[in-house]
Amino acid sequence: MSLEATARPRRRPVWSSARWRGLALQALVLIALAAFFYDLALNTAANMATRHIVSGFDFLWRKAGFEVSFSLIPYSGEDSYARALMVGFFNTLLVSACGIVLATMLGLVIGLMRLSRNWLAARIATAYIEVMRNVPLLLQLFIWYRLVLTPLPQARDAITLGSASLSNKGLTLPAPVFGDGAWWSWVGFGVAAVAFWLLSGWNRRQREATGKSMPVWWLGALLLVALPVLFLFAAGWPLSFEHPVRSNFGFRGGMTLVPEFMALLLALSIYTAAFIAEAVRAGVMAVSRGQGEAAAALGLKPRLAMRLVVLPQALRVIIPPLTSQYLNLTKNSSLAVAIGYPDLVSTGGTILGQTGQAIEVVTIWMVVYLSLSLLTSAFMNWFNARHRLVGR
Amino acid sequence: MSVAFVRDRDAPLRPPPPGTAGALGWLRANLFAGPGNSLLTLLLGLALGWLAWSVLDWAVLRAVWTGSGREACAIPDAGACWPFVWEKFPQWIFGFYPLDERWRPLAVMAIGAAALAPMMVPGAPGKQANALFLLIAYPAIAYVLLAGGAFGLEPVETSSWGGLLVTLVVAVTGIVISLPLGILLALGRRSELPVVRTASIVFIELWRGVPLVTVLFMASVMLPLFLPGGVTLDKLMRAIIGLSLFASAYIAEAVRGGLQAVAKGQTEAGLALGLSRGQVTRKIVLPQALRISIPNIVGIFIGLFKDTTLVLVVSIYDFLGIINAGLQDAKWAAPQTANTGYFVAALVYFAFCFAMSRYALFTEARLEQAGKR
Repeated sequence: MSLEATARPRRRPVWSSARWRGLALQALVLIALAAFFYDLALNTAANMATRHIVSGFDFLWRKAGFEVSFSLIPYSGEDSYARALMVGFFNTLLVSACGIVLATMLGLVIGLMRLSRNWLAARIATAYIEVMRNVPLLLQLFIWYRLVLTPLPQARDAITLGSASLSNKGLTLPAPVFGDGAWWSWVGFGVAAVAFWLLSGWNRRQREATGKSMPVWWLGALLLVALPVLFLFAAGWPLSFEHPVRSNFGFRGGMTLVPEFMALLLALSIYTAAFIAEAVRAGVMAVSRGQGEAAAALGLKPRLAMRLVVLPQALRVIIPPLTSQYLNLTKNSSLAVAIGYPDLVSTGGTILGQTGQAIEVVTIWMVVYLSLSLLTSAFMNWFNARHRLVGR
Repeated sequence: MSVAFVRDRDAPLRPPPPGTAGALGWLRANLFAGPGNSLLTLLLGLALGWLAWSVLDWAVLRAVWTGSGREACAIPDAGACWPFVWEKFPQWIFGFYPLDERWRPLAVMAIGAAALAPMMVPGAPGKQANALFLLIAYPAIAYVLLAGGAFGLEPVETSSWGGLLVTLVVAVTGIVISLPLGILLALGRRSELPVVRTASIVFIELWRGVPLVTVLFMASVMLPLFLPGGVTLDKLMRAIIGLSLFASAYIAEAVRGGLQAVAKGQTEAGLALGLSRGQVTRKIVLPQALRISIPNIVGIFIGLFKDTTLVLVVSIYDFLGIINAGLQDAKWAAPQTANTGYFVAALVYFAFCFAMSRYALFTEARLEQAGKR
């Protein structure tokens, strides 16, 4: 009797098993998604047919026909759309990289200021953070743009100093022209970087063994500047300068740092610094008080205790939010479109307006920003992991 | 042989340590502790004094208070141009909404404020009914009042909405749409079903990886291509959809943080009591998770409120957009007009965002206390 009961358990309906329900739900989700995207594709195809837009990336090789105010690579209206996008991409990279460096330095200062024992310093840092975080970045950008632009004279009344001149077209400087053999300076830079790396490793071992330390950072900076120059000199100085020439509407030749760049850089770094300052403060406060007290008991001055004991430990807490702030800064650099700094979004927008290739341009934007995001977080994760290993 | 040494005189008296009590003691401890610190205090004090004086000088002392055009403000060495603000202010609030119908946006704002206030006060009664009203009935009422076309109300095109009205409409609609969507996405991301989880992760990371400006461009140029022929969405609607999808990814991450903070034992206890998985999520996990994520959600809302300014890149005139557009007005072309406009914009945005961030801090402190019990 009992044997029979175990051999033939009461059959439960198939849909009451969690596994079956899970599979069914997933199949439903898949079908719904597929139907949604299929419908989207059909609509898009029909709409594009009625608007006579040919899809595909062939338009990239057509002539762009528009000028940009600021470019790191040679570009003119005769070049292709693809090259215009490259110009925008490099401009985005430039403003983001400069912004990240500036914002980190400013954010560190403000964050430490907020923790200062000096009441006034702490209050000023708090006020800075509150004001910057609670006013939209776009408004700050407009304000900086005005502040940068207002005091500058017209191009014909430019303030000149040697062959550098400052006007509302920007800061115009002689552009370096590298001749044959200029690559020697890169070799010098590489040698300096390797030397710096070796030196800092040797210095660390020396410090751990004897407690003596050298000013490695100053030496490193000196090396990184001096060696490329030295190598260039040895190669016969293949470097000349192209001087800007005044023309009717401004300057021709040379290189120009446009005011839009300055405004965007200031706005981005000053805004992001407030968020970085908060991350720094949180990180420092996460280090237990005993660490600072122990450092003081060992006779370290407050400044050294902060640099050698507290900050390295705080870094572990700071890095994850710092990463997301760097990503935010990079993404926020797309506000350039509002003041006409030719970044990726701005040039892409012009191309979109000219060709109507909305899907392609938006796809390029998404791919570029997503890869930048992934690259930045990969780098910061690597940095984080490395730091963690050193710390233990 | 040692010589015993017994001191027979007192050591010289040292001066008493500086007082640490009272105003002087406080000053010494917090502002003038050592020469470097004193110098820092002096420098910062000077900088702060200079800043405060220049703002006061510009905004009050040298400011122009009356006038009706650029002549009043274009005098040399003038400060802020306040008559510009007096004249434009109604437009900054309502945009180009018809003059006779402006009671409607006012009523919408008043109802919203009246319904929201008791939600923010802990312990006020009727939270659930109020929440339902705010999330379901209020958007409908607001839409009918603002757009008109029913109950004998004059229809008003969204293209004539503008100013703070658009800022509030975009931000509030954005949060109302993105909150439920974000919760669903957060649950999807934690789901045990690979298809649901992957779809949620891809959706969330896609939106979080791209800048809002591109999302708005996408909503304004790509969305019309996706719609079936004959269906059109107006510009404001498209921007709201873009912004909501964008915000929902961030909300999802905030809610996920809350979900992770709920102890696993809660779920297990719920299951042990015989609740189904859906019931456990709905009645046990989600309420606790949402309470934990309130400060972060308010933070996202502040971000959303600030980000609404970006709609001006798709030529919708929100509060900042309309101030910016008003600066082109030849009637008020004076050196200080733009500065005045931006100054007012900064004050208004600051007031809104600062109030919200204080509220987030307040709920956070309350949650912490509740956790300690």
